[in-house]
Amino acid sequence: MATTIRAAAKDEGTAPVPSAPRPRPAWRSRLYRLDLKGSPYAFIAPFFICFAAFGLFPLLWTGWLSLHYVDLLKPDVMEWKGFDNYTRLWSNDQFWTALRNTFTIGVISTVPQLLMALGLAHLLNYRLRGRSFFRVAVLAPYATSIAAATLVFVQLFNPDYGMINWFLSMFGIHGTDWYADTWPSQIAISTIVTWRWTGYNALIYLAAMQAVPKDLYEAASLDGANRWQQFTRITIPSIRPTILFTIIVSTIGATQLFGEPMLFGGGVGVSGGSAHQFQTLSLYMYELGWPSRQLGRASAVAWTMLLILLLIGLVQYLFARRNRTKLGG
Amino acid sequence: MRTTSRPRRAAVLATAALATSALLLTACSSGTKSGSDSNSSAAGGEKITLTVGDFGTFGYKEAGLYDEYMAAHPNITIKYETTQDGQKYWDALTTHLASNSGLADIQAVEVGYIAQATNTLGDKFTDLSKVEGVNSGNWLPWKSKQATTAKGSLIGLGTDIGPMAICYRTDLFQQAGLPTDRAEVAKLWQGDWSKFVEAGKTYQAKAPAGTFFTDSASGLFNAALSAQAEQYSDASGKLVYKDSPGVKKAWDLAVSASQAKISAGLRQFQDPWNAAFANAKFATVVCPSWMTGIISKYSGDSGKGKWDVAAPPVASNWGGAFLTVPKAGKHQKEAAALAAWLTAPEQQAKVFTKVGNLPSTVGGLQQPAVQSAKQEYFNNAPTGQIFAAAAQSITPSPIGEQDGNVKTILTDNGILDIEEHGTDPAKAWANVVKLVDDKTGH
Repeated sequence: MATTIRAAAKDEGTAPVPSAPRPRPAWRSRLYRLDLKGSPYAFIAPFFICFAAFGLFPLLWTGWLSLHYVDLLKPDVMEWKGFDNYTRLWSNDQFWTALRNTFTIGVISTVPQLLMALGLAHLLNYRLRGRSFFRVAVLAPYATSIAAATLVFVQLFNPDYGMINWFLSMFGIHGTDWYADTWPSQIAISTIVTWRWTGYNALIYLAAMQAVPKDLYEAASLDGANRWQQFTRITIPSIRPTILFTIIVSTIGATQLFGEPMLFGGGVGVSGGSAHQFQTLSLYMYELGWPSRQLGRASAVAWTMLLILLLIGLVQYLFARRNRTKLGG
Repeated sequence: MRTTSRPRRAAVLATAALATSALLLTACSSGTKSGSDSNSSAAGGEKITLTVGDFGTFGYKEAGLYDEYMAAHPNITIKYETTQDGQKYWDALTTHLASNSGLADIQAVEVGYIAQATNTLGDKFTDLSKVEGVNSGNWLPWKSKQATTAKGSLIGLGTDIGPMAICYRTDLFQQAGLPTDRAEVAKLWQGDWSKFVEAGKTYQAKAPAGTFFTDSASGLFNAALSAQAEQYSDASGKLVYKDSPGVKKAWDLAVSASQAKISAGLRQFQDPWNAAFANAKFATVVCPSWMTGIISKYSGDSGKGKWDVAAPPVASNWGGAFLTVPKAGKHQKEAAALAAWLTAPEQQAKVFTKVGNLPSTVGGLQQPAVQSAKQEYFNNAPTGQIFAAAAQSITPSPIGEQDGNVKTILTDNGILDIEEHGTDPAKAWANVVKLVDDKTGH
């Protein structure tokens, strides 16, 4: 692409009106070339300057901080610690609890969320009465603020007066403590995450599904494939890259989960419950950095999270590549 | 032409880049104002806006004090910002102090964190002792001492203190066969917190279904600990909670209450706790003067006249706060004047009659409006007398820098863990020690 444009530009630049003075076309062509070459950089510069100032610099600075002891109240006084902050994590129970919680909450929120989104998108892809209404409706939870949504769910999950326990009691399940017990509290938090993001993912899937050629379905139905078969044999393989994209985005989101458990836990949100039963890595980082004022150790957790994400990304990349070669073969 | 064109274009690009980054840089530093113009006076009728940041219920708005002050000072507009959760408020405030940005002209500081403010953060606040109308002798002596730095500057003006009583529901007491008259009720536990737990067992034996004697073991822990001469830190500020007999006593008491199942096992100041007031789920709550405002708010009309106030087993103080003026503020002089006015005896008395925060000044405690105060909501209990009497016999204990953190870990990850999960107390204690070591060490 780039070469053809440049070639075209050259043609235009070197074809001046014959009567024009000699230096001018050269100057104009230079200007033109500079414009062509330089302007794109100027246009993308704001992003990269922003990224350098608010992305790259904090990232590197956090890495530097993670090798020191730094008091939040005196951030200019730094005491060299080497990799102590990292080795301390290794032997810290609370870190492992947080890591495990992040993983379990991530799995029980991401998996049902994406499956439900796929199903919803498939339904929305049919000819429906009031289709636009449903499409806007599925996005509504996403537009709700975390704080507002979480506060409502906290009420619903209240062990004493909440609607969910009242509903479950009709089926003989009594007194589930959605705040204090490990699995119930994690399920409750996953519910909030799932509720907020299902519609969002469904719309992404829907967009991908609409790009699937209609004649594929027509051919399939002529061959006698029912809707389920069409879904599994045509839709899913066709939108595979989109599915991979949503998996990556959801994994990143799940690893950084913060707002929901924080607000769900109320006053004990920062420590993720009295026994850290739903403390995620982000919350652990916040607890170290703010209430405990240990910026260095919090930075070490931040970097550990980054490394974990890179690792997950690598695994997903390898999976994707293997899938691709399999398809190619 | 040819030679200039390139640099010019480059210059345009460079300028654009510089402008963008300059914009970004100013955007992130705009909050950082040095104290250079801090002494600018608004005497010439210049209109200024003062901001006040606090947590919970300070009662200034409720008592109409902001309006009163603005009426007397037409050039001043007061804006305020309140956070419900004191811990979250403090976390945000420390971040703002460390970066000298985003600060209000007046910031409230809770007593549990006052040692951090006077030590590590001492040079972030202005010295208020020289402000007109401020004399550190106006306050109860220990109150002013808590807000004085090692160098002798007074960085906080005491707002209120929290002498404790016990608030109890007469209707539940009656159904459980306990006395309801406040003098007789006080006799149930006079002199010893462990008698309070015993009374709880008596209550629980005949308790109305679904109710508990008290709201939380953590509340009991706070109350019992507050009466100790030494709490988490010794006089030099060193953490001694591990070996402190006071902490052990309060811990054992809280554990015994939890194990006797006389506590509803709630965490204070959270929604379920708020809701439990409306549903009459517990019969007593340890009740510093400021708690009366919370009780009447959450119990609402259904609890009116059913609550009463009795003397505590042992007198002690729980809570109370200070108003500080950060040096990063633009109008330090005016802010100091406002803080001094808000914490003067007359204003403290007005706040007390409105929301129940007991004056921390000697003059405020002696105000007739305080001494004769009766609260209709609490069955006309003479709250002024009860709390002022408790205030006289308070023996304050030293406060260390980490007290706030240690308290949070002890109550939220220790006692609450026992209450919620039935964790073995010895294991919970070991866990607390591990967490405190982890969070407070280098």
